[in-house]
Amino acid sequence: MNVEELRKLFPALSETVYGKPLVYLDNAATIQRPASVIEKWVDMTERHNANLHRAVHKIAADATEEYESTRDAVRAFLNAESREEIVFTSGATASINLVAFCFGEAFVKPGDEIIVTEAEHHSNIVPWQMMCSRKGAVLKVLPVDDEGHLRIDLLDSLLTDRTRLMCVAQISNVLGIINPVKEIVNICHSKGCAVLVDGAQGVVHTGADVADLGCDFYAFSGHKVYAAPGTGVLYGRKELLDAMPPYMGGGEMIASVSFSGTTYAPLPGKFEAGTQNIAGTPTLKPALELAEALKDKELTEYIDRVRDFVLNALLADDRIKLYGVPRGTSDKIALFSFAVKGAHHEDMALLLDKMGIAVRSGQMCAEPLMDRFGVTGMLRASFAPYNTMEEAERFLQSLDRAITMLV
Amino acid sequence: MTMMERTLKEVQEEIVDDFSMYDEWLDKYEYLIELGKNLASYPEEKKTDDRLIKGCQSRVWLDWSMEEGRLYFSADSDAIITKGIISLLISVYSGRTPEEIAADDFSFLGRIGLKENLSPTRANGLVSMIQTIHTAAESNL
Ligand SMILES: Cc1ncc(COP(=O)(O)O)c(C=O)c1O
Repeated sequence: MNVEELRKLFPALSETVYGKPLVYLDNAATIQRPASVIEKWVDMTERHNANLHRAVHKIAADATEEYESTRDAVRAFLNAESREEIVFTSGATASINLVAFCFGEAFVKPGDEIIVTEAEHHSNIVPWQMMCSRKGAVLKVLPVDDEGHLRIDLLDSLLTDRTRLMCVAQISNVLGIINPVKEIVNICHSKGCAVLVDGAQGVVHTGADVADLGCDFYAFSGHKVYAAPGTGVLYGRKELLDAMPPYMGGGEMIASVSFSGTTYAPLPGKFEAGTQNIAGTPTLKPALELAEALKDKELTEYIDRVRDFVLNALLADDRIKLYGVPRGTSDKIALFSFAVKGAHHEDMALLLDKMGIAVRSGQMCAEPLMDRFGVTGMLRASFAPYNTMEEAERFLQSLDRAITMLV
Repeated sequence: MTMMERTLKEVQEEIVDDFSMYDEWLDKYEYLIELGKNLASYPEEKKTDDRLIKGCQSRVWLDWSMEEGRLYFSADSDAIITKGIISLLISVYSGRTPEEIAADDFSFLGRIGLKENLSPTRANGLVSMIQTIHTAAESNL
C-alpha cells in the first residue's frame, strides 16, 4: 500500500478549511476514521442495534457476536493469552481509572508506593493521586532528562519492597519518545512491582504486543487508533484481574443477585457493568485490521522518511526548541512538540489554522511536564501514517511564514 | 480629547471598515499583530492573579479605573494576537462612561468576524474579556 492509496480510505482527508486543503496534524489528539470503521458503525446502528448478551432474538445474537468477536480480534492484536484478559471500556482514561480503583482495593495498603513518570498525561497521573489519597499510599515520580528521555538509571533507587505499581506511557503524547518499556518491566518485575502501560499513543505507532512487553496492564483508546470515540480497552493479566474486585456494579457484571448477597460474573464481564458501547466497540475490528495492514514495509519506510524530514528541519532551525530529542533512529515517532522563540504557542496555532494546518497548542494535558521544561505550553504537530511528504513541506513552509509574521 | 467627539458606535464602525479591507484572515491577523505590538505598555506590578482573565490559553491581565465618570482600561497578554484584540477593545471602550458600555451589545466584534473565528474554542478568552469589561461598567453605574 502507498500513502495515496491509504488516504483514499479516509473521507475526512479530502476536507478543505478556509478554502485550503486541510493538513491534519493533530492525530495524537484523535485520529481520522477510515470508511471501513464508519461503515461498521453505521451498520451496527442500522442493522444490529440490540442489547448484548441479554435476549434470545436474532439481532441481539448478531450484536453479541459482533461484540465478542471484537474481543477475539483485540486479543489477537495485543497477543494476549486469553480473551478473558480483554476488558472493553470507554477509553484509556476509563481503563486507567478502573485499574487505579480495583488494583488499589485489592493490593494497595497504607504506606505502599506507586510510581508514575514526569512525562505522563493527566489521565495517567490523576487517577493515581486519587488512589493514593484513598489508600494512604505514596506517589513517586520518575523524572525525564533535558532531552525528554526517562531517567531509567534512577528507577532502581525509586523501587522499594513497598512499590506496588509502575505506570508509564509507551509513548509520551508530548515528547513522542518511545519509552524502553521492556527494560522498565524487567527492572520492576525483578523487584516484585507490577507495570501498567498507557498505550494511548503507542498502540497506533509501535503496535502493542503485551506478551513481548511483559506488562501487567495495557490501556488504550479506540479513537486514537482509527476506531469510534467512546471505545477503549484494558488488557490485564488474568491472575490480577481475577483478584481485583469489580469497578462498577450493575447489569451484566453479576452471576446472581439477591438481597442476601450478590456474586459476580467471571472475567471479563465482571468489569463490564451496564449497557456497553454496542455500535462503537465493534469498530475496533476494522480499525485494528487497518493498524495491522499499516505495518506494510513501503508505508513504514515512507513514514520514517516524513519523520526524519520534519525532525531534521526542526532541529536545524535555531528559532525552534524541540522537546523530545531522539537518541537513535528508532526511539521517536513523528510527533513534534516545540516552542518558537519569541512567539506564543497560541498565536502560532491561530495562524497555522488559517493556513489550513491543524496543530495543537497549550499544555496538552501534561502540566507537570510543562513545568519541568519551564513553559506555559507548547505547539504540537503529530503525524499519522496517512500524512504525506507534501503535507510535511506545507507544514514547514507555513510554520516559517507564521514565525515571520510574529517575530 | 478629539476621540471623545466620536460616539461609541462611530468608533466601532470605523473598525468594522478597517477590517472589511481585508478579505483574508491572515491579513486580519497581520493587522491585529500590528495593533498588539503597539499596545501601550502595562505595568508589571499589575500582573496579579485578581486581574488575570480565566478561560484563556494565553494569559490576559485586564485592569480598569474610574476617572471623572469615565472608565479607563489597560491590559496585557503574553500572546500577540490576543494583545491585538485587547488593543481593539481598549480603543473602543476606554474613556467611555459606564452607561455607554453597559448599553452596548459588543456585536461589532461579530461583524468583523472575531467572535466566530476566535471565541468558540475559548482559546483566547475573548468572551471573558468582554465579560470583564461589561462587569466593570455594570458595577460603576
Ligand atoms: C498518553 C495518553 N494517555 C492517555 C490519554 C487519554 O485518552 P482518552 O482521553 O482517550 O481517554 C491520552 C489522550 O490524549 C494520551 O495521549
